[in-house]
Amino acid sequence: MIALFNRTPRAPLEYTRTLWMRLWVGSVLVFLYAPLLVLMIFSFNDSKRNVVWRGFTTKYYEKALNNDTLVEALVNSLTIAGLATVFSLVLGAMTAVMLWRFKFRLKGIVDGTISLPIIVPEICLGVAMLIFFAWVDWPTDLIWPLNLSAITIAHITFCFPFVTMVVRARLASFNKEEEEAAKDLGASEWQAFRDVLLPHMRPALVAGSLLAFTLSLDDFVITFFTAGPDTITFPVKVYSMVRFSVTPEVNAASTLLIVLTVVLTAIALKIQGTRNLTVSHA
Amino acid sequence: MTAQKSPIIEIRNVSKRFGKVTAVDNVSLDILAGEFFVLLGPSGCGKTTLLRMIAGFEMPTEGQILIDGQDMAHVPPNRRPVNMVFQSYAVFPHMSVADNVAYGLKIAGVGRSEREERVREALELVKLGGFEDRMPDQMSGGQRQRVALARSLVMRPKVLLLDEPLSALDAKLRAQMQFELADLQDQVGITFVTVTHDQDEALSMACRIAVMNKGDVAQLATPSDLYEYPANRFVADFVGSVNLFEGKLTLDEPDKAAVDCPGVGKIYLNHGVTGPHGADVWVALRPEKIYLHVPGAGKAVQAAGQDAPEGHNFARGRITGMSYLGDITLFDITLDDGATIRVSRPNLSRHDQEDFEWNDRVSMHWRADSPVVLLS
Amino acid sequence: MAEQHWKENPKGFWAVSATPLLWTLLFFLVPMSFVWLYSFGSNVGLTEIEISGTLDNYKRATEWLYVSIFLKSLAVAALVTVICLVVGFPVAMALTFASEKWRPWLLLGIMLPFWTNLLIRTYALMMLLGTQGYANKTLGWLWDGASWLKVFFGMQPLPTWEPVQLLYNNFAVVLGLVYVHLPFMVLPLYSALDRLDKSLIEASLDLGAGHLRTLMKVVMPLAMPGVIAGVMITLIPALGAYLTPDLMGGTDSQMIANVIERQFKRANDWPFGAALSFVLIYAMFILIALQSLRKPRRGEAK
Repeated sequence: MIALFNRTPRAPLEYTRTLWMRLWVGSVLVFLYAPLLVLMIFSFNDSKRNVVWRGFTTKYYEKALNNDTLVEALVNSLTIAGLATVFSLVLGAMTAVMLWRFKFRLKGIVDGTISLPIIVPEICLGVAMLIFFAWVDWPTDLIWPLNLSAITIAHITFCFPFVTMVVRARLASFNKEEEEAAKDLGASEWQAFRDVLLPHMRPALVAGSLLAFTLSLDDFVITFFTAGPDTITFPVKVYSMVRFSVTPEVNAASTLLIVLTVVLTAIALKIQGTRNLTVSHA
Repeated sequence: MTAQKSPIIEIRNVSKRFGKVTAVDNVSLDILAGEFFVLLGPSGCGKTTLLRMIAGFEMPTEGQILIDGQDMAHVPPNRRPVNMVFQSYAVFPHMSVADNVAYGLKIAGVGRSEREERVREALELVKLGGFEDRMPDQMSGGQRQRVALARSLVMRPKVLLLDEPLSALDAKLRAQMQFELADLQDQVGITFVTVTHDQDEALSMACRIAVMNKGDVAQLATPSDLYEYPANRFVADFVGSVNLFEGKLTLDEPDKAAVDCPGVGKIYLNHGVTGPHGADVWVALRPEKIYLHVPGAGKAVQAAGQDAPEGHNFARGRITGMSYLGDITLFDITLDDGATIRVSRPNLSRHDQEDFEWNDRVSMHWRADSPVVLLS
Repeated sequence: MAEQHWKENPKGFWAVSATPLLWTLLFFLVPMSFVWLYSFGSNVGLTEIEISGTLDNYKRATEWLYVSIFLKSLAVAALVTVICLVVGFPVAMALTFASEKWRPWLLLGIMLPFWTNLLIRTYALMMLLGTQGYANKTLGWLWDGASWLKVFFGMQPLPTWEPVQLLYNNFAVVLGLVYVHLPFMVLPLYSALDRLDKSLIEASLDLGAGHLRTLMKVVMPLAMPGVIAGVMITLIPALGAYLTPDLMGGTDSQMIANVIERQFKRANDWPFGAALSFVLIYAMFILIALQSLRKPRRGEAK
């Protein structure tokens, strides 16, 4: 092992090349990925009780895709996530520009309040949304997609502060001389924003939309409290399936969603490279 | 360089305060059409603020700025007939070189064919022909600066403002760009206003230099006047290196003057200084204007005064520091009277530096018109 | 150009700030104040709630039953945070000192689970931990191996392997929370370590300190802001966790969020649920206040 890994002598700071460090990181990655891999593999298992391999099948994918409520839940979730992402992106970018660009009274308080939804526990936000929508008597029996409006509003509320955070971090590295250069060359306030600031924000907007999309798609608790009796989303559906009757369909549906996540991540990576994406996150 | 007499920028009693800090303090100066004007000073002296007020990014707290006779008080930066090359160059990283240069023309609504022609011309001018499709991150700092130059020049501004244009370049490139910028200015005939903290840069490029200190113009003069006739201690010290001796003006007649400096002795000048008799003054003496000998060498005369030619000041001392710089050698010499004086000596032959050793006794002399008497 | 005073450009200011401010007011501050008001209310009838200004709900929240659940939630969250820190710190170190070629991929490896659906991850872990799952199988295999070894050395074999209960208990809750929150801990640790000037470590080694001492005396103190950020970002959501204790916990592993949920969905006692919610929010504020009380030492990587 050591001979295999250490082709050149290890420099003092190359901690990653020590054996125990490699074992540690390797174990952590196994811990993180083994459950997901097992789940994905067993979604192809030809058995009702999904613990022993009984041969390859795709019938649970067929079943999952023919399960109308499951498909409806998935479509609902994707719709909500898509809408929440677009609105969060606009609201989040606006907020970031406001906090980065302007001085105003009570700025500290505004700043703190806007990032509160990140800190407040999901359960409390869910409770707040439940009480709020009950109090305003928000209609629950609207036609699709208006029946998703309450959930979407709740999702936007907790997603856009995350977008703000990411965009703001990116804005901090903006060279204000670029904006001045644009104005110096004749650009108006709006033209300078469109031609210089917006392109600079782009990687953060991509990272922010990926973040908002996954946060929305991920959310169970807030949706659980906000959803009307007839509206189901994917996490809520999976929850009830896991809770009451574990079937291999859940594996199949989960695998589809994991694949979707990986594809989305790959697209985001393609747009702007690993470094930008991960850096703007950290 | 054909300097016309009419001013293109008139700065009248301009002050700029940020809160309690006064960045620019009641400055008035004219910048003439077609000249290469340099604002020189240490960091924080207000030179960049002054430049940004001309560009329109800062508004004067008091006073007035006129460009080509027009008051700029209510003209935003995007409407001013000036363009700026920023310290960081501010080349748009997401646009190609051609798009960067074409940006201002596009905003101004210049047609496509004319735009392309002018972009090509501007890039030729800064020797970047053929780089149209490059992205800024594929270029060196020097090339990015040329893009920034082309981007501003293509707008054909009345005045081009340059904020520390060479500070980010390495020493060799900086020396080359100093020449190129001066050439370029000559070629396009546009007024250049440059801000720098580097005196070499200022001396080599400028028609006229305004030295700024603490928000104020300390002296406005041509490069050689600034160096040879500094108006005060700040300028003498900031531009080039200098020996400064405090003393009393003991003799002041139309054709001669003398200053008694403790630690040095009497320093004679062959012209009057018109300062009050007995006043505290300072004598500035450039290190390269002092001749240095091993005492008695060549003439074999013992009396110190006779080492020196007729009419020169003279002094003797001991070498207490030497620093060989290749083209010249710097000597620190402690005079018999106690003061320390810095002398620089060109190494005219390969063996020059071998004539002197630490602790050698030496004698010096300098012409009576070399020292400058400063009243402040 | 520093920050602009909003009065210098009121049009631009209102263009970007009006919508977010209004949204935050309408869909965050107003709902939160409803919860706050409800916490001083009482049930009258089945659906009627009267905001009477009563403190009964808070009084009830201080009953031992609820205080003990609260303390238990805090203990579980703290344990999860400590485990995440211990497991995550070497990973963050590995990320920091990985070669340019590998670092982005390692980082991606840590972040991909973070982007994957929480419910799916919890479910996947549950599958693995079940009595018939692979975790039990691996343990059984190890057990058999040990038994075989004992026989090999001429000793009594171990008793036959009985699958252990890995799910539906407190162990499962802690493991599940660690599984879910580990990426949250690694990322801030990594970003603090990455900003650390590597020559400081080299200087310490050069001056004769060993790697362990360098880690304790130089790296850790300077990475403190990252550690604090990681602790906060793990502790706070772990304290309010609902899904993991609900799905993976047993009857005695309920955390505070589950109790709150019960008030709204089953017990139908909204005012009491609102009071518990605010107790939880106040706890968060106290944690954040404690964190900001700490005076940053000089030279910390921010």
